Amino acid sequence: MRYIPHTEADVAAMLGVLGRGSIDELIAHVPEELRSRATLEVPDGLGEADVAARLTELAAKNRVGSSLLCFAGAGAYPHFIPSVVDHVILRSEFATAYTPYQPEVSQGTLQATFEFQTLVASLLGLEVANASLYDGSTATAEAVLMSKRLAPKAARVLVARSLPPQYREVVRTYLEGLAGLECEEIPFGADGRIDRAALERRLSPAPAAVVVGYPNVFGVVEDLGALAETARGAGSLLVTATAEAMALGLLRPPGALGADIAVGEGQSFGIPLSFGGPYLGLFATRERLVRGMPGRLVGETVDEHGRRGYVLTLATREQHIRRERATSNICTNQGLCALAATVFLALAGRGGLREIADRNARKARYALGRLRERLGAEAVFSAPFFNEFAVRLPDARRRHERAVERGVLAGVPLGDWFAELEDALLVCATEVHSAADVDRLAEALAA
Amino acid sequence: MKFPKKLRYTREHEWVLVEGNQATVGVTDFAQHELGEVVFVELPKVGDPVTKDEPFGVVESVKAASDVYAPVSGEVTEANDDLVSTPELINDDPYGDAWLIRVEMSDQSELEHLMSAQEYKEYVEEEGEAEESDEEEDDDDEDIDEDEDEE
Amino acid sequence: MKPDDAHGRSLDEPALFERGSSGRRGYTLPPLSAPERGVESLPAELCREDLPDFPELSEMEVLRHFLRLSQWNFSAATNFYPLGSCTMKYNPVLNERMARLGGFADLHPLTPPGAAQGALELMAELERLLAELSGMDAVSLQPAAGAHGELAGMKMIRAHHLDHGNPRRKVLIPRSAHGTNPASSALCGYQVVAVESNDRGMIDPAAVARLTDGETAAIMVTNPNTLGLFEKDIVRIAAAVHEKGGLVYLDGANMNALLGVAKPGHMGADVLQFNLHKTFSTPHGGGGPGAGPIAVRQRLADYLPVPRVVRAGGGYALSEEYAKSIGRVRAFYGNFGMLVRAYAYLLSLGGDGLRRATQMAILNANYVRKRLEDVLEIAYAEPCLHECVFSDSKLQPLGVKTLDLAKRLLDYGFYAPTIYFPLIVSGAIMIEPTESETRETLDEFIAAVRAIVAEAKEAPERVKSAPHTTRVSRLDEVRAARQPRLRWKP
Repeated sequence: MRYIPHTEADVAAMLGVLGRGSIDELIAHVPEELRSRATLEVPDGLGEADVAARLTELAAKNRVGSSLLCFAGAGAYPHFIPSVVDHVILRSEFATAYTPYQPEVSQGTLQATFEFQTLVASLLGLEVANASLYDGSTATAEAVLMSKRLAPKAARVLVARSLPPQYREVVRTYLEGLAGLECEEIPFGADGRIDRAALERRLSPAPAAVVVGYPNVFGVVEDLGALAETARGAGSLLVTATAEAMALGLLRPPGALGADIAVGEGQSFGIPLSFGGPYLGLFATRERLVRGMPGRLVGETVDEHGRRGYVLTLATREQHIRRERATSNICTNQGLCALAATVFLALAGRGGLREIADRNARKARYALGRLRERLGAEAVFSAPFFNEFAVRLPDARRRHERAVERGVLAGVPLGDWFAELEDALLVCATEVHSAADVDRLAEALAA
Repeated sequence: MKFPKKLRYTREHEWVLVEGNQATVGVTDFAQHELGEVVFVELPKVGDPVTKDEPFGVVESVKAASDVYAPVSGEVTEANDDLVSTPELINDDPYGDAWLIRVEMSDQSELEHLMSAQEYKEYVEEEGEAEESDEEEDDDDEDIDEDEDEE
Repeated sequence: MKPDDAHGRSLDEPALFERGSSGRRGYTLPPLSAPERGVESLPAELCREDLPDFPELSEMEVLRHFLRLSQWNFSAATNFYPLGSCTMKYNPVLNERMARLGGFADLHPLTPPGAAQGALELMAELERLLAELSGMDAVSLQPAAGAHGELAGMKMIRAHHLDHGNPRRKVLIPRSAHGTNPASSALCGYQVVAVESNDRGMIDPAAVARLTDGETAAIMVTNPNTLGLFEKDIVRIAAAVHEKGGLVYLDGANMNALLGVAKPGHMGADVLQFNLHKTFSTPHGGGGPGAGPIAVRQRLADYLPVPRVVRAGGGYALSEEYAKSIGRVRAFYGNFGMLVRAYAYLLSLGGDGLRRATQMAILNANYVRKRLEDVLEIAYAEPCLHECVFSDSKLQPLGVKTLDLAKRLLDYGFYAPTIYFPLIVSGAIMIEPTESETRETLDEFIAAVRAIVAEAKEAPERVKSAPHTTRVSRLDEVRAARQPRLRWKP
């Protein structure tokens, strides 16, 4: 086996050192009743070319690229990935290292993570960001748990119904079994933003947090400043969840508008769609709340000679020290995905990120305009959106299916999540879509 | 290691100084020694109730977080805010500047269960032996069963 | 920069934010087509003014920055990385290529199943293989990491008990367990009851029986345990918990020691998580992403997270039609890119290769243990499987700590073993060589440890002040914690 170096001579020599006659003697202490039944009904190993052939065959059964032009968003977004991103994360020095327990020989991972934390904090407009969580949905759930720790007496958390539905479901899964925290949903209004009147009716007694999408599942940009004021007035935290982090290149940052915890999904920053993972949970909060924060943190310090260096820090929050009283059970982060995002953001930079985000907003408006012209389709909601929008079309689901047959993934049918939106599609357009692509979308959806 | 005589001690390594109905509480020299360099202290607010044997705060080093338990019940009348900015005081002066809280006691009889300096010293020595102490031996740090320049 | 600032493995490299120049870019957008020009963007009042602290760099500056950083890392590909409990085996290069195939990397998670048959088939195949290797009945690939798998598994245990009228209150966890076990239990609302290990480093079935009652939801047990020892009485331990209606969560962190040796399904496990980044060689990435699929016995299958991969017609589909499911634990179906790598690994090794991998991992660990037992104290005398644990009791008299040995090993070009874990061993030194390493490498490592112990006798200061050859020396962690600087500031 090409991954295992031991020759029979090696094995014999090593067994000799151990004073053993066979490998079996090394496992003789495992009970016979278990050993005798441990046969593996698995075919023998393959050569590299055969493995590649099998995987290539499976990959070919998936329709991607021009075979199925992707206008779907809803929590995972098609964006361009510069070549440098993949080149860096392919480096074995990054990819095959582990948790930087020995900082002296892990400064690459540590400095890059410190840079990641800086970029995320800046994007979200808050003082501190962690080294990342699994994805946007678990980051949202962790934010809710953190808000409960900060308000132990609160019995409820209010979650916008316009939060991405997967995020709502993950929050529910995490809360199940935790005594004393109910999850209540706040409806959205005709403009696609959270129903402020409904929210205000539910603010007493104070919930631990109000959780909203920014933008929300419909791509709609909430009036965050006003929501922050409302939440603060009630004595609750405002938590924002940004499923499309590219929006942060353009939108006012949630922290600056009053969010106390801002989380997000960083997949848009150089991480492939990859059928849903691995992705990148972003998590930021205010400095004074940092000790209640989940997840790993890297901090700057100096070595014995006064040279700048980086270490894991404030680890007493974490499970390996605080065990059942840790702020989370998370052990690592999404290290390599965080690195990809750091490289992406460094390439795009101060001017580029804003320009890419701006391009997304324009592409989505262009796409909506073309659907209006070609199909008479109208936007479902009136509030401003970022790079995806809900659009009403008669027979939406059938049209969506037919579009797939015609080689276009024409967004996502919203009826899957919202019964009242059975006739609507959620369509996303980004910098990767040309005007010709948008024409293909419009044609594919035409009756 | 120091064990001032005028203090009373708990099995969780807190000390108490009693003045009238007021108890000043801190962690012992042994505790700070075990913990290593203290990097963070979390204390209750003035007016918070504390209950004997229940945790009221946390003292942290880089690699450990230790609860601090109330030796007596009562209400917090003062918390040592200096520790928030300079937690290292606990290492430098555990029995002096690094007191944690002052408590208006609700039940003086609770003091009866606390150890004297001599009892605590013996307790610590026993515990040290039982655990076969994985501490490095700091023989230069002599055990002193005396009041050492207390204010 | 002065020439004598050059130090260790590379020159200095400032933070991203200290490089570049206003107006530089490392990313170019294509031009807009004629019909797109003049289209509006978002209203200005919703837009930010600036991206404070963001760098402005050309493409090559970015590349050079990160390549320089990469050179400051030790990694499993470049260095022997005997980090106990983490299984730093070889991560095949082929698997990186496979995960990047367009048909996988560019596949949107909300692609209709009919257009994602290859991905679903791969998932179904991987589920089947994991079930076979563990002797369990059903698998979900959804959890994103080992700890996330624990959370999902404990949620399922809770759902099971709730279904039977009482969620129960307690979970038994050995003191030698990973911190994630108690943390995951607490996240499910359970109170943790510690189980002591006996003087052989194992759990006593009698002790478990004593601690188990009608409020015991489960025991979480790692087998082989964190000492690298096989819990010989696992069947009786499981029986003791089952007798009171409790369930057995088997932490599969050390599955790499069991392939072809023993199956958790035969030990009495009801739930188990796999760590694909350990046993099945997906790269650790400097701390993730991993993947933590869970496997269960039939009686718990209804509680698995949704969506699940199911057979439909002649192919595969995703189904959420499981009323008893604990729900979703993450947004989509798992860290799919890691699943591709693990599947490629399983195909490459096959049944014969997996068995061989386990055997050689055990041989390597025993070899290191044997050849170091005269200079380091073995924590427990029982025979070990894939990793070996030493205590610091032979170092202490020399005035040298486990930490010092670990730091000095860096000077020899080896990453350090896991240290101070498990907590039940004084100054623990936990070595996991994995099957990937050659005998020659092990011999070099053994020689280095022996040299350091000798040095500790003759020149202990050299050991206590190590490392000496790395880019930075020991870092001031106390300062980092007392005055946290968690982001770059101008």
